[in-house]
Amino acid sequence: MGDTLLQALSLLTQLDPAIMSIVGLSLQVSLSALVIGSLIGMPFGALLAVAQFPGRTTLVVLVNSFMGMPSVVLGVLVYLMLSRSGPFGDYGLLFSPTAMIFAQTLLVLPLIAALTRQIIEDTWKEYELELKANHLSKRQSVMVLLYDCRFSLTVAVLAGLGRAISEVGAVMIVGGNIEGFTRVMTTAIALETSKGDLPLSIALGLVLIGIQIALNWGTHGVRSWAMRRYG
Amino acid sequence: MFPIRVKDLVVMPKDRPILNGVNLTLDGEGISVILGPNGAGKSVLMRTLAGLNEYHSGEIDWRGEQTPEQRIAFVFQHPMMLRSSVCHNVTLGLKSLPLSKAEKQQRVAEVLEQVGLAHRTNESARLLSGGERQRLALARAWATKPRLLMLDEPTAALDPTATEAVEHIIQKINADGTRIVMTTHNMGQALRLAKEIIFVHDGQVREQSPSTQFFEEPQSEEARLFLKGELPWQVEFND
Repeated sequence: MGDTLLQALSLLTQLDPAIMSIVGLSLQVSLSALVIGSLIGMPFGALLAVAQFPGRTTLVVLVNSFMGMPSVVLGVLVYLMLSRSGPFGDYGLLFSPTAMIFAQTLLVLPLIAALTRQIIEDTWKEYELELKANHLSKRQSVMVLLYDCRFSLTVAVLAGLGRAISEVGAVMIVGGNIEGFTRVMTTAIALETSKGDLPLSIALGLVLIGIQIALNWGTHGVRSWAMRRYG
Repeated sequence: MFPIRVKDLVVMPKDRPILNGVNLTLDGEGISVILGPNGAGKSVLMRTLAGLNEYHSGEIDWRGEQTPEQRIAFVFQHPMMLRSSVCHNVTLGLKSLPLSKAEKQQRVAEVLEQVGLAHRTNESARLLSGGERQRLALARAWATKPRLLMLDEPTAALDPTATEAVEHIIQKINADGTRIVMTTHNMGQALRLAKEIIFVHDGQVREQSPSTQFFEEPQSEEARLFLKGELPWQVEFND
């Protein structure tokens, strides 16, 4: 056990090219999915918080339910869409990083939208009269609320990143875990562990955990600064 | 826009009416103070006039104007402050107005100067004191150059110095051509500021008269008892 850990640390300190490539692709895929998911999910969640329309409750329940969508199920659905016989088969995206980004975007979108809706709805209750008194339209109100809740919304973004970077099912199915092309940290860990290459698995696991801690630490710092700066 | 005529206004959000047949006329000048005990319907009356509450029946005649809300500003007892600078909080009120960026900046600078917050333009609004927040809220409303400004107990939680500063700003806004309607529980403030008093009790306007007349010779029995602190109200205590 000790030797395995030492070998894992050695791989990390040597900046092993195989590990760097896998980490790089993981970050590229998950961060892309996070950016796209946030750009769509946040305004959508905020609109859901302030708008009143028939079927709103049903939509809220559906979005909340999709937060817990199993990644393998979503992987299969995206696989069916991107496979040759699927509606997007002509684009030839299956087993590519683009397919992985697409799958992870669908995975984080409901999570970010649901958390955003909850955060914005609480603030909307507090601000509604004042925003109406300032004659702001629904669209303007949504923009003001998103801006005002920007520090609280980092929680939604972090949750989305955590969901994206740690999932294995969807990227395995739509990416195919092809070495040097679609292999990311989670799929590599699953494969290398089954092959008995524990040092590489542990090294990648340490990187994965390190990224999460670093991002949470950074976000905590930003929120603490914001509280001091803006109250 | 003026005179605004309110006729038989009923606001009934649930089973019980909060405003029960309000009749009122507001002309275009001065400061009107709405007085009345807690729960009388003062704040609901102002919010309804400002278009923030729906009403069940009755009529509000804005002298034929279609969208008078754009010319009404409202300052709440506890004004909302965005998590951003003093300057940015003032621009919130200008978002719905068709002004250029330069015009908005000029208005923001002007009103912050007028309310004595020019030196705190870039500071966080949420870190201001209660009195400064209320001055900022007044600046936000003033920047829109409203025809009618509603103030809901603007000095309720302020010390005498901050209250005096806020009253001074209210008078300046009024002198700038804005009609003001406000509520307060501070009789001294009502006497200092009001041109007329609108006395509300049990969801109805019981008296609307010039300020001096109201305090010296109230016309309604309820107003007389209210001024003497003897207006009966219903409070149930559970022993």
